[in-house]
Amino acid sequence: MAKQLPSLWEAMQAKGYSRREFLKFCGAAAAVAGVKATGMASVVHAFENKPRPPVIWLHFQECTCCSESFIRSSHPIVSDVVFDYLSLDYTETLQAAAGHQAEKCLHDTMKNYPGQYILLVEGSVPTKDDGVYCTIAGRSAADILHETAKDAAAVIAWGSCASHGCVQSANPNPTSATPIHKIISKPVINVPGCPPIGDVMTAVITHLLVFGKVPDLDSQGRPKEYYGRRVHDTCYRRPYYDAGLFVEAWDDEKARKGYCLYKMGCRGPVTYNACSVTRWNEATSYPIQSGHGCIGCSENGFWDNGPFYRHLASFPGFGIETTADTIGTVVGVAAAAGVTAHAVTTNIRKKKIINDRIDRSVTDREPKEEGGDE
Amino acid sequence: MANSQAVTFHRVYVWELPVRFYHWLNAICVLTLIGTGYLIGRPLAITYSTEAYQQYWFGTVRFIHFVTAFVFFFNFLFRTYWGFVGNKYARWNNFIPFRKAHLQEIKEVLKVDILQAKAKGIISIGHNMLAGTTYFLSFLVFLFQVCTGFALYSSMSSSFLPKLFAWVIPLMGGDFAVRQWHHVFMWFFIVFTIIHVYLVFYHDYVEGRGTTSSMVGGWKFEREDVLK
Repeated sequence: MAKQLPSLWEAMQAKGYSRREFLKFCGAAAAVAGVKATGMASVVHAFENKPRPPVIWLHFQECTCCSESFIRSSHPIVSDVVFDYLSLDYTETLQAAAGHQAEKCLHDTMKNYPGQYILLVEGSVPTKDDGVYCTIAGRSAADILHETAKDAAAVIAWGSCASHGCVQSANPNPTSATPIHKIISKPVINVPGCPPIGDVMTAVITHLLVFGKVPDLDSQGRPKEYYGRRVHDTCYRRPYYDAGLFVEAWDDEKARKGYCLYKMGCRGPVTYNACSVTRWNEATSYPIQSGHGCIGCSENGFWDNGPFYRHLASFPGFGIETTADTIGTVVGVAAAAGVTAHAVTTNIRKKKIINDRIDRSVTDREPKEEGGDE
Repeated sequence: MANSQAVTFHRVYVWELPVRFYHWLNAICVLTLIGTGYLIGRPLAITYSTEAYQQYWFGTVRFIHFVTAFVFFFNFLFRTYWGFVGNKYARWNNFIPFRKAHLQEIKEVLKVDILQAKAKGIISIGHNMLAGTTYFLSFLVFLFQVCTGFALYSSMSSSFLPKLFAWVIPLMGGDFAVRQWHHVFMWFFIVFTIIHVYLVFYHDYVEGRGTTSSMVGGWKFEREDVLK
């Protein structure tokens, strides 16, 4: 049986918040979700009337860095998110309950609010050997995921593990770690990153709550709002790139001047994320600002695209230091050498070739005085 | 001379103007794309006394690469079209070996090229079958470079054409992989150019039919007895 949940406004009133505080909160949420000022009324309306959705947050093969990032979200502050506009019913990291109590929370939520709860998944699912590499309460991750996803209103894959498989699925992927969207048939919102930006995580949830629907997704299931542009496109060092001013070594003068880190292997040009716009830790900084190139942590298979300090990967099968350029140069030089050798042997044989080809009847004939062969 | 006969050579109009035009425009494009592409992959390490706002050379190199790519693409499309309407030497069936005789000719040309043997039988006056097959493979590489190149470009462009190729990125697993393969196949063009130019000179020499100049004037020369 589905139960009716209180709206956010009702929940806040019950906790003794004033109307003014509620409206301030609505304003912050609207700003995060990218709602324009004239749309404020719809945000307030949504939070006054829409039931506050329960949330199940699952942890599979992961390092909990997504949760760590999430609790550092600053806009809106995470305590608001967790305690006010969500009802976080089950999350292994933060919940007080343990053991059977925790399992009861999970099953109560699924039973009481089918089609209403939001499912957040952190971590990948191992599929090898019946999923024995990740089990909770004696059940495999795949089992739990199938069961919880069945009646979920929306499914969000937190981080690169749940979106792409991340480090567990890096070659040779011993557990057959699999991203969520390949396990369940429902549409999944992928929020990749290792971890994703906390503010982006809360913004995606806010979007779900305010508009009641999944944000616009790109072809890889990522919200366009935050993954539509490359880190490179909004990087403050971009002018150095266009000017051809590059850092050549970590300790050179050019590094001190803050030139572009492209030649140091920065993955900004091939990475779709919002780091250079939202930045991290209350918008303090992001990797490139701190002098280190982007490692492309929100891109599929980034662990296998190493080494991180070169922008071309080493070529598979040719040893760790061999890039496509090394092989290309060898092949190119070999071609040039082969061609030269060929020219030399042709030249050695030239007498025979000329003799074969020459037309003696013409060479032995004296040129006519007048008129041509025509 | 009792032991030899006078041989008459006939002029054969092999390469029509559109084919020659395509060839040289393509050559310019490929060389430009290799040059600029290599620079984009491995920018020069130059120290400047100027600030970023005072120069734009890397942006310009990229711009040239992109413009040339468009020219290359439409030129390639045009040549594909000409493969269906051009003369018999330009037709698509010169590029795909589907008869036994074609395979025989490939074997023959390989003997001439690698073993430096004297050609038995007759090498086609247009593309020889080995060349034709190699060009077909190179067309596939052209197509691959077009798909990957426009796919990479699609994220920085709002125009219609590059957007058509955006699907390549998720298919290949992300920009990084697409860029990597786009870069790898640059080396195909470099090696192709070296061998292609050399073999033109070589065949010009051993065949004596005007292979090199034919791409300028369009004419090749064939013995009368072969033409009959």
